[in-house]
Amino acid sequence: MEWLAMERWSPYAVGIGIGILSWLAFLLSDKPIGCSTAFTRTSGMIEKIFRGSKVHDKPYYKQFSPTIDWEWMVVIGIILGAFLSSILSGQFSLKWIPAIWHAEAGSHIPTRWGVSLLGGIIMGFGARWAGGCTSGHGISGTLQLAVSSWLAAICFFVGGILTAMFIYKVLL
Amino acid sequence: MLKNLHLNKNGQLVLGLLFGICFGFLLQKGGVTTYDVIIRQLLLEDFTVVKIMLSAVLTGMIGVHLLRSVGLAQLHPKPGAVGTTVIGGLIFGVGFGILGYCPGTAAGAIGQGCLDALLGGVVGILIGAGLFAAIYHKIHQPVLSKGHFGEITLPELLQVNHWIVVAIVAVMIVVLLGLIEKSGL
Repeated sequence: MEWLAMERWSPYAVGIGIGILSWLAFLLSDKPIGCSTAFTRTSGMIEKIFRGSKVHDKPYYKQFSPTIDWEWMVVIGIILGAFLSSILSGQFSLKWIPAIWHAEAGSHIPTRWGVSLLGGIIMGFGARWAGGCTSGHGISGTLQLAVSSWLAAICFFVGGILTAMFIYKVLL
Repeated sequence: MLKNLHLNKNGQLVLGLLFGICFGFLLQKGGVTTYDVIIRQLLLEDFTVVKIMLSAVLTGMIGVHLLRSVGLAQLHPKPGAVGTTVIGGLIFGVGFGILGYCPGTAAGAIGQGCLDALLGGVVGILIGAGLFAAIYHKIHQPVLSKGHFGEITLPELLQVNHWIVVAIVAVMIVVLLGLIEKSGL
């Protein structure tokens, strides 16, 4: 069982594993694996705490009701699975600043927090605009050969590459 | 098809959790729950993310189409429109480049203790998703539905048998992965 404690697996082993997981998701749950609608539902649940059942009147929440569903459980599972993997390999540690960020932008926590918050807001907004994320469109949609997903995945990477290049090659 | 299992609500919640645990475990072992690996992909210095995604798509595509051929699975392609997919995809990409995680890998990063993924990334994604829900009814007609093409797949678009497209995409993925390996990325 030493392989469970390894820090890294071959990307191909990981990719094939995710591919097999997608077979099982289609077979046993009749669903493609995705993540971003879970964030919409959670956002709706939080809004419900403040605004009550009026939340259900919003057209978007009529489509994605703020309740716990299969995909919501997938996202909770991802946190647990990554926790398990990092504990087994001894990589788990609480940290604020990634290594590359530290080397290029320094170790000031509020800066990293502000930038990651901004990135998260734009990405969450964009994920719902595009109707999916790197999992739902990028893997599950492309493997079904969906036109929308191939187009979305290309746009994710075009936007991501240009932005990362701008930040690391121009700004920093 | 396993209709009874699909309709078992609590059973599905348990299955979702199990799929998520496996998915998160794999993402963490692949290194893609780490900011550095994702950013180095976007800077085109390390192709781990692309290697994982393409081998997942290759494996998944062949298996899911086989399951479909024997009547054990049906496809659920997402609908698309130029106003939805292209604009949304580019906005997502900008956020992806700034944050350095995507929604799934941000969840995984929380699992391995990354506080920027939790208090920045996930809090931000929730705010962003909430903002989108707030403006959805305003942009739905004028923007999102522009250039609507629906839930179409590549074989339907090209009007050929899906196995021909599966074979072509499979060859393209293998060639691309071969080129990436050959160039040492």
